[in-house]
Amino acid sequence: MKPGTTSAACTALLKRDLALTWRRRGDALNPLLFAIIVVALFPFALGPEAQILERIAAGTIFVAVLLASLLSLDSLFRSDLDDGSLEQLVLSPHPLSLLLACKIAIHWLTTAVPLIAAAPLLAMLLHLPDSVLPVLLAALALATPLLSLIGAICVALTVALRRSGMLLTLLVLPLIVPVLIFGAGACNAAQAGLPYAAPLLWLAAWLVLALVLAPLATAAALRISLT
Amino acid sequence: MPACTGTMKMSPLVLWFHKLGSPPYFYRLAGRFLPWLYAIALVTGAVGLYGGLVVAPADYQQGDSFRMIYVHVPCAWMSLFVYAFMAANSFVALVWRIKLSETLAMASAPVGAAFTFITLVSGSLWGKPMWGTWWTWDARLTSELVLLFLYLGVIGLYHAIEDARQAARAAAFLALIGVVNLPIVHYSVVWWNTLHQGQTVSLMGQSKISSSMLWPLLTMAFATHVYFFASLLARSRAALLALESGKEWVRGIAQAREAHAHG
Repeated sequence: MKPGTTSAACTALLKRDLALTWRRRGDALNPLLFAIIVVALFPFALGPEAQILERIAAGTIFVAVLLASLLSLDSLFRSDLDDGSLEQLVLSPHPLSLLLACKIAIHWLTTAVPLIAAAPLLAMLLHLPDSVLPVLLAALALATPLLSLIGAICVALTVALRRSGMLLTLLVLPLIVPVLIFGAGACNAAQAGLPYAAPLLWLAAWLVLALVLAPLATAAALRISLT
Repeated sequence: MPACTGTMKMSPLVLWFHKLGSPPYFYRLAGRFLPWLYAIALVTGAVGLYGGLVVAPADYQQGDSFRMIYVHVPCAWMSLFVYAFMAANSFVALVWRIKLSETLAMASAPVGAAFTFITLVSGSLWGKPMWGTWWTWDARLTSELVLLFLYLGVIGLYHAIEDARQAARAAAFLALIGVVNLPIVHYSVVWWNTLHQGQTVSLMGQSKISSSMLWPLLTMAFATHVYFFASLLARSRAALLALESGKEWVRGIAQAREAHAHG
């Protein structure tokens, strides 16, 4: 049998993953619900004063989004491993890193984009000043793909394990500390009236770097896990 | 492969290096080195501690509290040295698939984590009388904490996967990702720290260290290095026995032990 072209394989994979997510659309909204709950808990713990909430708003939203994407990472390869299609991907004649990049892109599109879309709501709950909101959205748009890409490497390393939840957290957290620092840092700088372009540009630079390197690393990690 | 035909002549050094990669040879050689390394580590450690805690004069600013550096600083150096050693072995293990490098990398992870932990605890104990607080989000402390998490991730991944060789390769891969990550973490923490708080703490104040304070520190650094290699060899020997438990040479060692015990 003659294998199809690589672009046809990528399109098929994108369509399949989108269809699978659509059929389980209830599950896909879980991370969003989780982020809203986490953000809603903070006023209960810290009190309803607008000044305190305003001060912690950007950081809290960032941590909530980070935890929500962490929660959704486990599902990146889980069902594919269970039904055997992950092995088929590894065995396919097309570049594995490209196929995995497609999977990561769909995962980001279905879990992180709803979170970014809900960010204005979360910002409103915590009284984030309106002027900071564009910076928050820009920082989230740069930081969430980074989380997906870096997280994918760690998921690939732990995919063969039955229970990987806590371990996955331990692997991912030290790797995404810089993303959190610069993402939330940009928002805090904007809130304090300081220039915020530099941290955003750093995030963008890392994103470009990760876009190239992370799929390659994910493919290498997956090959180790599935031998 | 022409190198394996046996007709080609290898230089003695290359031959020795190839032999070192064989588990039985390494096991025997490490066993011969081990008592010496432990002895050297013990003696130099005792001399260094005596020099640091008794002989060296008290600091004119910090008093006797400064003596914590004789534990803290060598451990901090070791926490980075061991990570570099682990990463170098991980690289060799992944690229050339040398079993011994996998073992060495995984055997060094718990020792490195222990050094990192001691660094954090001793720094915290020193910070309480000096800075008036157990913990501050200083760039170095934060980086060291992230380093500890990286070590724990490597150890956790290694123990979570059942097949020992696959586990070692996955954990080695993680260790290499950590190498890329560590400088990024360090510089981002420095940036974050300067953005948020002006509190900068210079570790030694203005005082330049005098030679009477320096030699115990260098002795301690030497002792911790030797101790690390002793501990590494002991751990690798145990790990190799477990990994190769079905092999002839391990059976030979077990039988020899049994004969010795009964005879």
